[in-house]
This record gives sequence, C-alpha cells and structure tokens, in this order.
Amino acid sequence: MAYVIDSDHMQARYRSQIARRFGILAVVFALLVVSFLIDITNGPGDFPLGVIWDVLLDKSAHGVKMEVVIWDYRIAIAVTAIVVGAILSVAGAQMQTILNNPLAEPFTLGVSSAASFGASLAIVLGWSIIPNVGHLIVTLNAFIFALGTCGFILFATRLKGVGAETMILFGIAIFFTFNAALAMMQYIASEDQLARIIFWMMGSLSRASWDKISIAAVLLAIAIPFSLIRTWQLTALRMGEESAVSLGIDVARLRIEMLILISFLAATAVAFVGTVGFIGLVGPHIARMIVGEDQRFFIPLSALVGALAMSITSIVSKTITPGVIYPVGIITALIGVPVFVSVILSTRKERLS
Amino acid sequence: MTLQISDLSAGYGKKLILQDICLDKIKPGHFVGVIGPNAAGKSTFFKSLTGILKPQSGAITLDGQNVVAMRRKQRAAKIAYMPQSVGCNAALTVFESVLLALKQTSGWRVDQDNLREVSEVLTMLGLSHLSDKGIGALSGGQSQMVAVAQVLVRKPKLLLLDEPTSALDLHHQLSILTAIRDAASRFDMIVMAALHDLNLAAKFCDRLVLIRDGRILADGEPREILGLEAIEETYNIQASIEQTKSGTYYVDARLP
Repeated sequence: MAYVIDSDHMQARYRSQIARRFGILAVVFALLVVSFLIDITNGPGDFPLGVIWDVLLDKSAHGVKMEVVIWDYRIAIAVTAIVVGAILSVAGAQMQTILNNPLAEPFTLGVSSAASFGASLAIVLGWSIIPNVGHLIVTLNAFIFALGTCGFILFATRLKGVGAETMILFGIAIFFTFNAALAMMQYIASEDQLARIIFWMMGSLSRASWDKISIAAVLLAIAIPFSLIRTWQLTALRMGEESAVSLGIDVARLRIEMLILISFLAATAVAFVGTVGFIGLVGPHIARMIVGEDQRFFIPLSALVGALAMSITSIVSKTITPGVIYPVGIITALIGVPVFVSVILSTRKERLS
Repeated sequence: MTLQISDLSAGYGKKLILQDICLDKIKPGHFVGVIGPNAAGKSTFFKSLTGILKPQSGAITLDGQNVVAMRRKQRAAKIAYMPQSVGCNAALTVFESVLLALKQTSGWRVDQDNLREVSEVLTMLGLSHLSDKGIGALSGGQSQMVAVAQVLVRKPKLLLLDEPTSALDLHHQLSILTAIRDAASRFDMIVMAALHDLNLAAKFCDRLVLIRDGRILADGEPREILGLEAIEETYNIQASIEQTKSGTYYVDARLP
C-alpha cells in the first residue's frame, strides 16, 4: 500500500534527521574541547606543552608560580571564554525567540549601555550602588544597572501589554538614554578614568576569576534546563502569537519568564567581561542554520556554537601579537563577520539538516 | 456532545463588535459555515470561541462545559483554531511544524505514536512530498495547507477555521474542504469555518450562519439561507439560487 510506505518513509526521514542532529552536537562539542586545549597552550610566556599538561593534571607539579599562571590565568580565561560565550549565545537565542525576531540579541533591550553607565558611575564618581564592596564595585554596578533595566522593561510591558514591538521600542529608548548618560560621564571623566571606561566597554577576558566562573556556570546550568522544559512552547512562539495562544500557551507569561532569565544571563555576562557583541547574534544564527528551530537542539547547539566562537576568539586575541592579549570585544566582530558572511553565502537556500 | 452559544457579546476595550450571538445544538460531524461581508465580526467570533479574546458576556458551552472558564491547556485540547494569516519564517520543516502543534497537548518526549499521527495527517492532506521542506520556503497556498494539517493533527472536538481557503486555487480549495469534511465525520468533530465563497459554503456546509455588523442575521441550511433577501442586502448584490443536476446549490450573483 503506497500510503503505508509513504508514512513510514516520512517517519524514517524524521528519525534520521534527529540522529544527525545528535551527531552535530557531538562534533561541535569535540571542536570545543580541541579549541579549549589550544587556548590553554597559547599566551604570554613560552611554556613547553609538557609543563602545561603536568600542571593541568597536578596543580602543584611545577611550583606555586606555575600553578597561578596556568590555573588562574590560562585556564580561567579559557573557561571564562567558554562559559560567557555559551551564556551570550543562549540569551541571544531566547531573545530572538521571544521577540520573534532573528535580529535580536541579548543587548537588544539596552542592557549593555545600562551596564556601561553603571560601570562608569563607579569608575568616575566612585559611586557604588551597594556600599563597601571593595574591588567588585565596577562589576556590581554594571550588574545592577543591567538587571534594573530589565526590571524596568518588565514593569513597562506589564502596563502596556507584552507585545514584541513594545518591548523593542522600550529597549531603543533605554539604549539612547543610557548612551547619553554615559557620554555625560565620559565628558566629566579625567583622562585616566576615560581610558578605564573605554577599556571596560571593550570587553576583556582578562577579568576572569574562578568566583565569576562558578557564578556564571551555575547560571548556565539553570538556564539550559529552564529553556528545555519549555521547548515546545518556545518553538511554537515562532509560529506567531495568535497560533501560539490558540495552542494553549500563555504567551505573556512565557515572554516574562524568559525575559527574566535573559536578564540574568545578559547582566552577568556584561558585568563579568564587559560588552562583547556579536556572539549573542551569530551563535544562535549559526545554530539555526544547522539544526533549525526545534528548541531541543537549537538551545544546546546555540550554547556550543557561542562557546566555540568565544574560545576561538580568545585564541586569536593572544596570537595576533605575541605577548599581547587584545580585548575580545574587538576580535569577536573582526573575525566573526567574515565567518558569518561566508556561512550566509554557503547556505543559499534555507536548508535544514 | 454539542456546542451551544448563548447571548455572546465580545469586543476590544469598550467597543463591542459582537452582540447577542446565539447558536444552539451544533452537533459533532457538522460543518458550519460562517458567512458575512468583511469586518462583519467573523474573526472576533472565532477569537472569542478560542479564548484569545475574553467575551464580555454570554456563555459558550461545549459538551456541557463552559469554554470561557476552562484552563488554557484544557481548552487547547478541545478547541483548535486556524488564524486568518498563517505562514512564518521559523526554521522548521513541515513535519516538525505539525509535530510541534501536536506536542503542545502531549508530553515532552516525542514517541512513535506522535510520528505516526503526524505522517498520517500529512498523507491525508496530500502533503507528504513537502514533509522535509522548510516552512519558510512554502507558497501561500502550501502554508495554508500546512496550517490545516497543524489543526487536524490535534483531533479537536471543535475546529475553527478563519478563511481556510483564501490563498488556495480551486483544486486545493476543494481538496482542503473535502479533507476537513471527512475529518469532521471521521473524528466526530464540530467544524466552523469562515468562508467568503458562497458556492463553496453551499457545497460543503450543513448549516450556514450569516453575520453582519456583529449580529446573526440568519441561521439555517444552505438552501434556506442563500435564497434569502438578507444575502442580497448584506452583500449589496442581486442573487438567485440555482440547483445543479447533481443537487448542489449555487449562487448566481450580479451587481444591483
């Protein structure tokens, strides 16, 4: 019977598609491991591979100095790249989903400019939101401003209705407001302070520390299951709001839940490494081109692609000029754009694997 | 199991679009056509049945249960709605998009039965050749066929279709409506569809409801409704109803 064969054929095709996607996740994960290993073997100071390997396996193998250099610099930076890359990419993927707009990214709603303003308050005026936090003043100010901005958007959308367009318009308003406030801070800053603000905004992995890594990793460990539980509702959001509502989804509530998650992700990333653009836009885009928007694969692959992109950026930032580590914020766009363009050109038709 | 609507009024903000809508004893297997000019309130009517729009007064009872008071999930398990504008640019295949509609009311894991149900619906609608195609690459008509698959796969008790054939050529109009009518009797569901083409409405529907300015002007069998002066008045046309040799009715319409 032709009908039966056809039906079996469709199911078989779907199953092989799923199997292929698991394969893709495994391949990208393997690439990430390779990239991580290359990342920790590169950097200022020419250490033999054997030495690095020894210290990786046994911290105290070559003394305290080597332990600090390898673990607190090399490995901490490499791990930060991976964790922050994954965070930015997952946040971008979800922002694109809830705003139903593939051009959205984690900082679409003005989070990064709010964070930069918060950081500049600390740098220029020494003004801290939470008193007596010592050297964490810049990080915490940035975090609180980023989170506060998201809180404001949540509040405003509750008053005005949680439409995607309303949210984007609020985001634009916030972006311009904080940019103006930031410019004001830069105007009154001393030369030294101005340099610090600009350097902060460039985004740099050299602010890595194990405390930050553990906070970020815990957040990521919450974010991925949080998204995966809602996988079918989130995927349905992309079918349009009316369809989603008629499928029994509480769209307003889902948007708010995801926006709270994105807020924490974006605020953490920007507070820890500064503004790193592009990863949150490109990570999900590449993931979408490879596995489509079934969120069961889209979210994990976005995380892996973001992590891989950031890890490669970290390697490049150390190898352009030996002995110098460039801020990653500069490199992401410089190497990201050509890669991105070539990906777009190589997938002429909308193909799904 | 019947659908009963009494004194339904609904609108946006203070503006009332629908007033005192009453429809009784709509039975499973029935195909009810909702006809009326543009902006008559057909979409508002459907939205208030699905829960997208909360009615301001009145009652909608399906199978003895008040639809307005149902929880979202519960309502979605019984009522499926296909909006007027369909199609989107999500990176999903046709198969995935139909599976997605099914997965809203079944568990998280995709099982064997889910895959079988999706492929059955696609086969039934003659969409199996599109199964692997991305939904962003479909034509307007194909998108509409896929949207129909998305609602049929859920096997609802009440199926609401807002102009399901607006982007289709004649062949596909007939095949979609035939598939929907067959599904209505096979799955024992009530179908209500907003239709612009009175001839299609006459051919497929068991009952027609004529709406204008948010009120029901007429409600009955196609033969009765289409012969009414109300039709001429509502659409501002001159019409006569004829019967073909095969027994179907058609409307011969002219400008007055």
